Amino acid sequence: MTALPDGLIVVAKKDCPTCVLVEPVLAALAKGPLPLTVYSQDDPRFPADVPHVVDDRALERSFRLAIETVPTLIRVAGGREVERVIGWHRDDWRRVSGQAVGEGLPAMQPGCGSKSVEPGIAEELLVKYGNTGLSARRIGVGAFEDEAEAMYARGWSDGLPLVPPTPGRVLRMLAGTTRDKAEVLGLMPPDLAPCTVEKVAINAVMAGCKPEYMPVVIAAVEAALMEPFALHGVLATTMFVGPVVIVNGPIARAIGMNGGGNALGQGNRANMTVGRALQLIVRNVGGGRPGGVDRATLGNPGKYTYCFAEDEENSCWEPLSVERGFPKGTSTVTLFAGEGMQAVVDQQSRDPESLTRSFARCLLSVGHIKWAMMSDAFLVVSPEHERTYRNAGWPKARFRAELEKALLRPGKDLVRGAGGMAEGVPAALADKLLPKFREGGLGIVRAGGQAGMFSAIIGGWAASGAVGSSPVSKEVGT
Amino acid sequence: MTTLLDPTAERSRVNRPRRAPPESLDGVTVALLDIGKARGDVFLDKLEALLGARGIKARRYRKPTNTRVAPTPLKQQIAAECGVVVEALSD
Repeated sequence: MTALPDGLIVVAKKDCPTCVLVEPVLAALAKGPLPLTVYSQDDPRFPADVPHVVDDRALERSFRLAIETVPTLIRVAGGREVERVIGWHRDDWRRVSGQAVGEGLPAMQPGCGSKSVEPGIAEELLVKYGNTGLSARRIGVGAFEDEAEAMYARGWSDGLPLVPPTPGRVLRMLAGTTRDKAEVLGLMPPDLAPCTVEKVAINAVMAGCKPEYMPVVIAAVEAALMEPFALHGVLATTMFVGPVVIVNGPIARAIGMNGGGNALGQGNRANMTVGRALQLIVRNVGGGRPGGVDRATLGNPGKYTYCFAEDEENSCWEPLSVERGFPKGTSTVTLFAGEGMQAVVDQQSRDPESLTRSFARCLLSVGHIKWAMMSDAFLVVSPEHERTYRNAGWPKARFRAELEKALLRPGKDLVRGAGGMAEGVPAALADKLLPKFREGGLGIVRAGGQAGMFSAIIGGWAASGAVGSSPVSKEVGT
Repeated sequence: MTTLLDPTAERSRVNRPRRAPPESLDGVTVALLDIGKARGDVFLDKLEALLGARGIKARRYRKPTNTRVAPTPLKQQIAAECGVVVEALSD
């Protein structure tokens, strides 16, 4: 843009009542000693009776002058801005212009938002006229090339369509976090590539996230990179698992996550896209792809996305985040290397002892019914099942203790060959009483719709715990 | 033109390289595709004979018309039955 014209500049738009109010003022200023230039944002015929109106419908001048409100009056001397007034303030306009304008008008009237800062426009102007500071490589897609196909062709997709990560969209996504876009969150397996906040934002755009999901996506990435989670192994294993993301705290409600009806199913944007963003980051930044380092024999549908909120508000139990050491009310993500889910249907139990036995029997089948202390699991207890414990006055700790008791079995029933099944634990454990899960290997959360005496088991990885993956939690920041 | 930001670790080139041709045609079935242009069959007959003399299996295919792209079933059939394809492109 050329140097600013000396004299007065007013940025205005016809669609602003305050700009229309000062239209006679502008006509008067145009006849005064200082040259007047008006940058009109929406109609070059506005204002009337001003000879020098510059068409700024492209908003370049408004952008370069960092206009946030119209009208804005600027005095320029020697090609440089000396002073500006935002909105209509008669005294200030008179002082800056040196003319007794605005007689008969109210002493002041606030202006309207500049078109250059409207949502969706501001970022595009930054891309067009400014310095975005984005460092990712630019990929040009021809005018007659289908963007969706171009992204598929480059291998960016998990198999489903992606939102094109244009610079404007990525800037809007980055506005959802206070983190520096250049910050490296860690080295993303399997390629151990630096994963910047900017790369997270690009993949979050593609996944369909809203900007306000960014803190959750970032926390999920940070959790996935924690050593105990063993992301490389979770990706590379021939077994079923992928990251299951469980969100606790006020952020879940703030971004509209679902912990109620169909919590483990489709239909909620935040649930779907946060989990998907994490998977896309592993795929694109880390280079982890099926057939490459991902050697899953069957995988599971949750490897597209597996993310839900715990319904803490209506629960009589302390939430998962509190169990994991965070103060109540803290927003957290917990990652668990999980496979698909298995139903627990018990519509008959009305006392906690019976229902606990049902849970235990169903949980025994995780991995293999004869396994002990191998796969971890999460039990997702529905409201109607939780009600049984609420009515009986069982806190979560008692439920867990009773459940663990019901999950103890004699080793002789589990050793290899017992029950006519070659699979099982080593013979040396025949004389032991064996828990199904290692200590800390069974997570319990509450989620689901109000109706239905059905809960869910999310089985874990055979390599659970120190030998493989342990659940990890991370506080959600900003 | 639309500009997209690269979501990857940028370890591969922007322009995807062409798929490398096989180092050998041993055990590979060659599709010979006549797109319907004049004398394409002459070229493909000669090629089929040369391939046959080297013990390389070839299968013949023909587009219904040279004025349209190959129908999807034909492309799928070639992909299912052959490892490489040679088209007689012009007259």
